Amino acid sequence: MTDIQYLAPTSLDDAISAYAAANGAGRILAGGTDLLVQMQAGMVEPGLIVDIKNIADVTGIEETADGGFVVGAAVSGAVLEKHSGFAKAWPGVLEGLNLIGSTQIQGRASLGGNLCNGSPAADSVPAMVAAGAILTVQGPNGRRAIEIEDVPTGPGKTSLKPGEIAVSFMFAPRPAGASDAYLRMIPRTEMDIAVVGCGVNLTLENGICTAARVSLGAVAPTVLLVEAAAKALIGSKLDDAALDAAAAACSAACKPIDDKRGTIAYRTRVAGVLLKRTAGIAAERATQS
Amino acid sequence: MAKLHISTTINGEPEEFLCTADETMLDVLRNQLDLTGAKEGCGSGDCGACSITLDGTLVCSCLMLAAEAEGKQITTIEGMANGETLHPLQQKFLEEAALQCGICTPGMLVAAKALLDENPDPSETEVRFWLAGNLCRCTGYDKIVRAVLDTAADMREAS
Repeated sequence: MTDIQYLAPTSLDDAISAYAAANGAGRILAGGTDLLVQMQAGMVEPGLIVDIKNIADVTGIEETADGGFVVGAAVSGAVLEKHSGFAKAWPGVLEGLNLIGSTQIQGRASLGGNLCNGSPAADSVPAMVAAGAILTVQGPNGRRAIEIEDVPTGPGKTSLKPGEIAVSFMFAPRPAGASDAYLRMIPRTEMDIAVVGCGVNLTLENGICTAARVSLGAVAPTVLLVEAAAKALIGSKLDDAALDAAAAACSAACKPIDDKRGTIAYRTRVAGVLLKRTAGIAAERATQS
Repeated sequence: MAKLHISTTINGEPEEFLCTADETMLDVLRNQLDLTGAKEGCGSGDCGACSITLDGTLVCSCLMLAAEAEGKQITTIEGMANGETLHPLQQKFLEEAALQCGICTPGMLVAAKALLDENPDPSETEVRFWLAGNLCRCTGYDKIVRAVLDTAADMREAS
């Protein structure tokens, strides 16, 4: 067995230099709910584990003066759900994160971990894509911002460059009448992996949808931003015709696999059904916001 | 392999141990510290038998590196009773026979206590969802859920 090193630096710069110096043999530890399972299954054998939870930039939640939020990549579901301001502004993102695993998993699992693990079925990722969240990463060559939909590049793969660490997520200020929702289809009520996940973020003005973003999970090698579905909603009163068109756009965007969780035909159909239900919840919340 | 020297607090007492970077908290509790109440069921965070709290938050000790305990407060099932006096949850689990083989029981108790610490008046649905990460193959869960609800009612009355 090779010698594994564990570091828990308190500064981002120290974390990045150690991670970059490990030359691909390093793994970032946030909540560990994926990493430790992978290590115990022998799927990964890191030479270096960099625990980022002692770094303020990745563990804080900040409400900006204009009403936006900056959420650290390693903030756990249990911590984020107690932030009432975030829960009010971004209920869909929160419900995506909170759907991951059990109470015990919620004590550790984070938005950054869920995104960087690269699962096409990650629950918080469609919600963040719909939210238009921006990921800040920092590496040996400095900081850059990436739109969430550009992060996953395939199952288990991301567009982060060697040595880059996910730092935080930026959520823009909310206009009045805006809200979001996330729903997933699983064959049971709790503790399962999405067969289809759907995130919808929209703004209503006098009953008319003036802005929308739609995202699907578990129906393609990466989480999808479905612009055609958003287009079908924008300008409508979210009437049946608009919802049918958006649902059809969702089904058309699906490129799923057949597996034990669901067939191609089933996932494709459910994507449209979920779009309608999720848009309904987001619209109701937007009316109350 | 180089060992890490970790200083932590377990059930209110200062504790020090040596561990390797890839050792889990569960392994150190059971194999070094003789705290064998936390059980290894699945080793992958699915069953909850290894539940502990880390700075007050319920976690699976099989999905936590022992090195992460540095400077933290950990509580295990061994810290639940006050000397010979059982915690009301433990007493109620006995009275209402909310266990059979007992493997899941320490995790159930640690998880249930974390719930009641946060929410002294949970609904049955809230109890069931909170404990969804604690698997039991014997009881069918009903007696466990009832024992938690009855304990909560007793504790509210007593307070």
